[in-house]
Amino acid sequence: MKVVFERPKTLLEKPFTYCPGCHHGLAQRLIAEVIDELGIADRTIGVGPIGCSVYIYEFIDVDFVVGAHGRAPAIATGIKRALPDRVVFSYQGDGDIAAIGTAEIIHVANRGELITAFFVNNAVFGMTGGQMAPTTLVGQKTKTTPLGRKPEVHGFPFRLGECLSVAEGSAYIARVALTRPQFIRQAKECIRRAFLTQIEKKGFSLVEILSPCPTNWGMSPKEAVDWLEQHMIPYFPLGELKVKECLPHEAL
Amino acid sequence: MEKKILMRGNEAVAEAAVRAGCRLYFGYPITPQNEISEYLSFRLPQVGGVFLQAESEVAAIHMVYGAAATGARVMTSSSGPGISLMQEGLSCIAAAELPCVVVNMSRGGPGVGNIQPAQSDYFQAVKGGGHGDYRLIVLAPSTVQELVDLTYRAFYLADKYRNPVEILGDGMLGQMMEPVVFREPEFPPLPPKDWAVRGKGDGPRKWIVCLDLDPKGLEELNLRLQKKYRKLEEEDVDYATFGNPEPEVLLVGFGTVGRILRSVVREGEKRGLKLALFRPITLFPFPKRALQEWARKARAVLVVEMNLGQMLEDVELAVQGEVPVFFLGHTGGVIPTVEEILEYVCRLLRKGVRV
Repeated sequence: MKVVFERPKTLLEKPFTYCPGCHHGLAQRLIAEVIDELGIADRTIGVGPIGCSVYIYEFIDVDFVVGAHGRAPAIATGIKRALPDRVVFSYQGDGDIAAIGTAEIIHVANRGELITAFFVNNAVFGMTGGQMAPTTLVGQKTKTTPLGRKPEVHGFPFRLGECLSVAEGSAYIARVALTRPQFIRQAKECIRRAFLTQIEKKGFSLVEILSPCPTNWGMSPKEAVDWLEQHMIPYFPLGELKVKECLPHEAL
Repeated sequence: MEKKILMRGNEAVAEAAVRAGCRLYFGYPITPQNEISEYLSFRLPQVGGVFLQAESEVAAIHMVYGAAATGARVMTSSSGPGISLMQEGLSCIAAAELPCVVVNMSRGGPGVGNIQPAQSDYFQAVKGGGHGDYRLIVLAPSTVQELVDLTYRAFYLADKYRNPVEILGDGMLGQMMEPVVFREPEFPPLPPKDWAVRGKGDGPRKWIVCLDLDPKGLEELNLRLQKKYRKLEEEDVDYATFGNPEPEVLLVGFGTVGRILRSVVREGEKRGLKLALFRPITLFPFPKRALQEWARKARAVLVVEMNLGQMLEDVELAVQGEVPVFFLGHTGGVIPTVEEILEYVCRLLRKGVRV
């Protein structure tokens, strides 16, 4: 009998511990599948952040380093500069990458650091219990915006992907969602292209993955998927935001 | 004969690091230690190494964390305010038990302070600095030659204990020029870095983390760290003494103050005073047993610092009230003079210190 579907080798046999309806498990499975298909598990090093994303090192079977809040891009830089022939990726949530670690991710992108960042955007701080994130939508209620986010008080939702795409050193920036089978297929292709961008030394690459947080949004998993499609995708449009084919240093 | 070279302290520490096998440096400019970065920006590429100017001290120390996790010898340097920004990373590096070397050519504080030499970062260096139950190994050179020798030792100790090591100098030591000899010392062999994260290859995967959500697991880490610090106290405490072996007054000072106190001892001898200098070289672990033995011989202990009494607390703990301990300090970049210290010593002796 032909096997048509199985667990990726790089995904450890441990049940995911994420809340029901969270897409971290899906995202990490896709990353594991791409690592398998590219055959790079033995030379890949992941960098974990703080927040729900930190658990990735318990599920993906590659070497890992976990650092403090927001600093994963700097840690990834240190690893990549020490071991330039390894594949290095960070995996960060929106609080980590778009608030406390904004400086690090902007400069990693601008230097054209040959790393890949996965940015899981659920428009809220997850692990700390549902406070406002930089990506929280206007009007969205969180623990620290109980009346909904007001731009005149809290500022505007931050489009990190668009911001990084203007950096000269970034080579591949894409935004994906995992709410439908065709989105999942597109997401996997973007993850593959992001890794290849690094392997081919074109520059910095980032894939932003929109993900529901039913627990902190106070919704059922199904409601959360609908809310993501109705509210998040219009503000954070899906697609490839930047695709650069040449080496970063040849652009100027 | 070995070749003597006239070098600035900051450049000497950089060259010693390269010779000690340091191949990666991440830093952010801040006076008075910029010559370290400037030197390494051309020197590291010559040996196939990496120099990278980070966007901040916060990023620099986490780049150090990443590189240290791969098992490489890696260093950063900064001064007071920059070292403050690095505390988060240093706490993580200590928690992850990774080796690295940090040079602090300290300046006047608090706040942004000024760029004059001071020793007001003693508490921060010696007592932890960042959050949590951890310590750095802290070495305090007092000459450019010692800056070189202790840089070699810093990399050795970092690897031996898998712990960050801080070389605590100051703006004066970093900027002064003295003849130095680069003698590469022989250290006992180090264990292999089988913990390093380098891609799993064919073997089992490895991970380096600085968190443990299980209280028992975290307590175990903390207890292991304390065990490491006790081992340090047994095996790698260092200090220097100078002067009369039966002193009336024992002078205690580290780093730049240590060299000033040498002159005080010499000048005092000329005036018929019996003085000795006790200079801690490892500030953590602090040489408390040796200091206590020396203090017992004296009628009084005088601690001199370029701060308002930070090491003083460790001296008092070591002496345990057996001998009166006095303090003379300047802060904000003011440097104590030989004359002033001698005058203080004479006043102590005139008063009869044991009353």
